[in-house]
Amino acid sequence: MKLWRTIWNTKGVGRWALLIGLALTLVFVVFAIFAPVIAPYDFAQTRVDGVKFPKVAHPGGDYLFGTSGDFYDVFSRVVWGSRTALEVIILSVIFAGVIGVPLGLLSGFIGGKVDKLLVFFMDALYSFPSLLLAIVFAFLLRDKVGGGVVSAALSLTAIYIPQYFRVVRNTTVSAREATYVEAARAIGAGPFTIMRKYLFANVVQSVPVIATLNAADALGTLAALGFLGLGIQPTEAAEWGYDIQVGLSYAQGGVWWPSLFPAMAIILLITALTFVGEGLNETVNPALRRRRMKTVTFPDRTVVAGGTDVTADVAAEGKNS
Amino acid sequence: MLTKRDPTARPGPVIETENLEVHFQLQGGALARVFGLKARRVKALDGVNIALQRGEVLGLVGESGSGKTTLGRALLGLVPSTDGRIVYHAPDGPRQVSEMRGRELRQLRTDLQMVFQDPSAALNPSMTIAEAVGHPLVIHKIAKGAELRRRVNESLERVGLAPVERFANKYPSDLSGGQKQRAVIARAIILDPEVLVADEPISMLDMSVRAKILQLMLDLKNDLGLSYLYITHDLASAKYFCDRIAIMYLGRIVEIGPTAEIFANPRHPYTKALLKAIPEPDPTRMVPRDLPRGEIPDAAEPPLGCSFHPRCSEAVAECGWESRDLRVVLEQHWTRRSADYDAERKLVGDLDKLDRPETTATLGAGDPERTLALLDKVRAENPDEPLWKGVRSLESDGRAVQISFEEGVDPALRRAGGVEVACVLYPDEGAGAGATGAAGGTTAGSDGSG
Repeated sequence: MKLWRTIWNTKGVGRWALLIGLALTLVFVVFAIFAPVIAPYDFAQTRVDGVKFPKVAHPGGDYLFGTSGDFYDVFSRVVWGSRTALEVIILSVIFAGVIGVPLGLLSGFIGGKVDKLLVFFMDALYSFPSLLLAIVFAFLLRDKVGGGVVSAALSLTAIYIPQYFRVVRNTTVSAREATYVEAARAIGAGPFTIMRKYLFANVVQSVPVIATLNAADALGTLAALGFLGLGIQPTEAAEWGYDIQVGLSYAQGGVWWPSLFPAMAIILLITALTFVGEGLNETVNPALRRRRMKTVTFPDRTVVAGGTDVTADVAAEGKNS
Repeated sequence: MLTKRDPTARPGPVIETENLEVHFQLQGGALARVFGLKARRVKALDGVNIALQRGEVLGLVGESGSGKTTLGRALLGLVPSTDGRIVYHAPDGPRQVSEMRGRELRQLRTDLQMVFQDPSAALNPSMTIAEAVGHPLVIHKIAKGAELRRRVNESLERVGLAPVERFANKYPSDLSGGQKQRAVIARAIILDPEVLVADEPISMLDMSVRAKILQLMLDLKNDLGLSYLYITHDLASAKYFCDRIAIMYLGRIVEIGPTAEIFANPRHPYTKALLKAIPEPDPTRMVPRDLPRGEIPDAAEPPLGCSFHPRCSEAVAECGWESRDLRVVLEQHWTRRSADYDAERKLVGDLDKLDRPETTATLGAGDPERTLALLDKVRAENPDEPLWKGVRSLESDGRAVQISFEEGVDPALRRAGGVEVACVLYPDEGAGAGATGAAGGTTAGSDGSG
């Protein structure tokens, strides 16, 4: 509730970025939820009533965005693709948060050797190029989990854990020294009670901002994985990156629609999520926040009920005293 | 349940320390850590013997860095002690706080509680007042549900946060400093403890609410039979609040006794200085204040002998004068306009070797006769400087000036009139009677090894 009020009271660029971002994201969320209703065909459907779709049919007519080289309806793929994208984003952000936040809390609170080791490991992980890391994990997970949404989300998770870890760990290290933590110890709280009841709520405040910014990044990485053929298999779910890659081989011959529409979707969603992240950052971060102020309007200086001017009244009082 | 406990039912100390030491390892610089050099140790508490009687308010007074907060935290086991013992006389027999770990230590917190200096920092910003006050009961699994609510309300009402509905669901940021401190006190008393360590509970509050909080604490003490260790740097509030006062300096207790006696007849020069430092509300009655000079010394390398001697106005020969004091005197001299710094600095030579605490010093890079003359001049400038009382010999060995100081005495806490004091000016008056300490529940202080 408090957060909504803060968001509502902001002004300027942050506010507009947030609102535009939220509106755009909402469009994709609607696509994702109502994909079976909105999309005319299934994502892996290549024929209707036993009749195969035409190959690379021009946009318009029966096929809003045309059809692609492997006989898919591009519009249906884009709509279904937003469901895949949001599923992967949400899963990877949740996974990364669920692992990264407690690990950071633990590391920052315990300190010492455990902390040093974890920080070293996370920094090593963080210093890898994120795409490379995702590729490695995608390879490893493909044998174990398969080429579906979950394995794609898991390979992205590995990239983002260090970010949550670092932020939470650093805030924990400073919050650990706070008097209220010592006070908690003084009333007999054990280490887990302190972490859960005293530190957690005070260190997770910056996590939503990282989560939204990561979401945008995750989408890009997911598309890159798909483009390289390492992401979600086309039969498992519609994935924009894969569609771009397939469409690209036809682009030479002037067939632009199979890759343009998924690419547009990626760009729009990434922009939307970045707007939300930046807007949220500006809104939630008090150092950047500017409040919307009501314009102050003074009452008219005309005659009021008593028959005297307000200012004259005040002046008269001043004289009397 | 907040019930009255009769403090007179079981006389004797409720908690006492025996030669308690808390030393902190200093981290040292980056180089020292890389090469594993010997880390310096700060002696935050250096052999403290103190006993808190049941039902009394014992004030612990001292400057910043005197170790008073560390003592309070050590009593609760929040800081591990490096040596000595802390004994808590629980209803079911004495228990050693200094030996406790983990669960046992946490269990102890139902009996010993703490009130913190900064009420804004002592409350979790993301917990409501009711949650924060009731949390000790939840942690120790004493109450839940309706019973928890009832006891939280009772405790909040007890500290004057009434009507409870107005405060229970507020966050700390919604309350004023005084209200927050009341909530902190409510949290401390909800477990029905025996001892409350109050670490400067009013120093962060507005003047207008200080007296109210102190009055609240006195009421609670009388109603619930609490014993307080009241830590403060403010002697004026200690006078109002305490039955006995212990003056701390650099990790030691230098004087301890009944409040009235301390105020009427302060014995230790440090106590006198602290009393003189109490602000006088009437500007026309300015009293001469010979406040102690300088700052509290480095606790990692305390002065030899009595640690107060470099700042003491009554210091005598055996106070433990040493080479570092000589450096201070020389540097003092150079702040005068009459001093010819460049020439004299060259004459004196390396000053850094004076920084090792020793009772002998070698001074002078030039003609030793001229160095002697310089020292004479410095002495003539301020003949009252107590350092010169401690100089045993001052002579030239042909190349440099050799100075040797009287061997210092590290005074132990000894009986003097109604109080106990650790100062060479008050030699053991009970020597004839054979009583070297234990009186009023307080045993002799420093062990003299320093």
